[in-house]
Amino acid sequence: MINTTEILETIQMITEEHLDIRTITMGISLLDCCDPDIDRACEKIYRKITQKAKNLVKTGEDIEKEYGIPIINKRISVTPIAMVLAACENKDAVRFAKTLDRAAQTVGVNFIGGYSALVQKGFAAGDKELIASIPEALAQTERVCSSVNIGSTKTGINMDAVRIMGETVKRSAELTADRNCIGSAKLVVFCNAPEDNPFMAGAFHGPGEPDCILNVGVSGPGVVRAAIAKAKGCSISEIADIIKRTAFKITRMGQLVGTEASKRLGIPFGIVDLSLAPTPAVGDSVAHILEEMGLETCGGPGTTAALALLNDAVKKGGVMASSRVGGLSGAFIPVSEDAGMIAAAQRGVLHLEKLEAMTAVCSVGLDMVIVPGDVTPEIISGIIADEAAIGMVNSKTTAVRLIPAIGKQVGDTLEFGGLLGYGPVMPVNIASPAEFIARGGTIPAPLQSLKN
Amino acid sequence: MKAVITVIGKDMVGILGKVCNTCSEKNVNVLEVTQSVLQDLFVMIMMVDISAMTCNLAEFSDNMEMLGRSLGLSIHVMHEDIFHSMHRI
Repeated sequence: MINTTEILETIQMITEEHLDIRTITMGISLLDCCDPDIDRACEKIYRKITQKAKNLVKTGEDIEKEYGIPIINKRISVTPIAMVLAACENKDAVRFAKTLDRAAQTVGVNFIGGYSALVQKGFAAGDKELIASIPEALAQTERVCSSVNIGSTKTGINMDAVRIMGETVKRSAELTADRNCIGSAKLVVFCNAPEDNPFMAGAFHGPGEPDCILNVGVSGPGVVRAAIAKAKGCSISEIADIIKRTAFKITRMGQLVGTEASKRLGIPFGIVDLSLAPTPAVGDSVAHILEEMGLETCGGPGTTAALALLNDAVKKGGVMASSRVGGLSGAFIPVSEDAGMIAAAQRGVLHLEKLEAMTAVCSVGLDMVIVPGDVTPEIISGIIADEAAIGMVNSKTTAVRLIPAIGKQVGDTLEFGGLLGYGPVMPVNIASPAEFIARGGTIPAPLQSLKN
Repeated sequence: MKAVITVIGKDMVGILGKVCNTCSEKNVNVLEVTQSVLQDLFVMIMMVDISAMTCNLAEFSDNMEMLGRSLGLSIHVMHEDIFHSMHRI
């Protein structure tokens, strides 16, 4: 029998502590849509997506009402478009972006991910053309998200791709300068990209995935913070235990919603991504969890240790609650999407260098960081290379989503609105890595023994 | 199949009656009621059987929410599975 305390605790988590399912993301393979004729390929893609995902939004809304749990986003990820483009004689990749955008609009999802290329070991047919088209594609579409994997622990880092991506990030911001540089907020550069990640902007449907699958991303930084707040005077070991218990509950909810949604949609259930994904709403911040643990401000000394504890405990609690775990799983630290991070950056306590250190222990990377508009492509490439090196050596996913705020300087603010939030332009070390980046080539894969 | 209805808000005459009325309109059977009034705050938890319900759960949830809004109360309808999965291993 369910008891009253458990019922009220659940209601409080949802109504006051922002517990929600952040996203149910349908992964759709487009490998069977390849065609030498680009028009035919686009037509096949549109038909497949609109057919497979026609009930996605409705199903999400029904489950939301029946179970009383908000499901914030319904989204789609597809096979990296570079693979479909490879077969086409005409390499006008932007047409695929427009097709994806149109399909997303038809089925009513707010983002579609997979305008992507996997180039960690080198460029195959279609990869360079796709990457070159990213700024244009992101400027001409609303819902399409793009990602490029430029390195991995097994292959090393493709430094030619790193150089190109520095230019691509800058160009994406320039082409959307009149819309708060939104282009670069929809572009992620990965090292060790997971193939089943349900979260945007980095979601794509990996080539090893089945034809169609449903992945779920949970959320709930507010719930974790509230649980820690109730435990004043606890030791760190006890805090780790509280986080594990809370993560367990959050993940069970994700597992339930995922299983139910996949049953109704008639497709297999993929994974639960055990992530703490913040939003700009007050009380939904990862930075505030760290501060609740006893830090004055996120970004100060102790931040990396507190984040390491949080990230690990979330995984330990979540793993047992779900039949299959995957995606990015851990704590996210997107600056502009987290009220506590925004405040810390505005106060000048949180710097890019500290964020970089934090990415060595959290689940993703430098995420939604706004930098001055005059930062050069080489510096962006340098930051991407540093971040990829952390991921490569530590066998973890790292990513870079920088937004060069065109026409803005340190001290200014850039506002995207909605879940993407807003944030201050953060200072960047401008000592030039231009010569290093211009060399090209590959950083060899690291040794997996002699770990020191 | 069972669902849990929670009603939270300012106490007034007839809350239980109105909620039960909406249940009976949709052939939802009330199995158990726990209610308390702390100072002015009314808290009620109902366990109901929805197996023979004449509409779907989403519609029932909408109806209850509308009733809640008209009375200035917060009324949630949730499938019992959510509590089992979150609080039981």
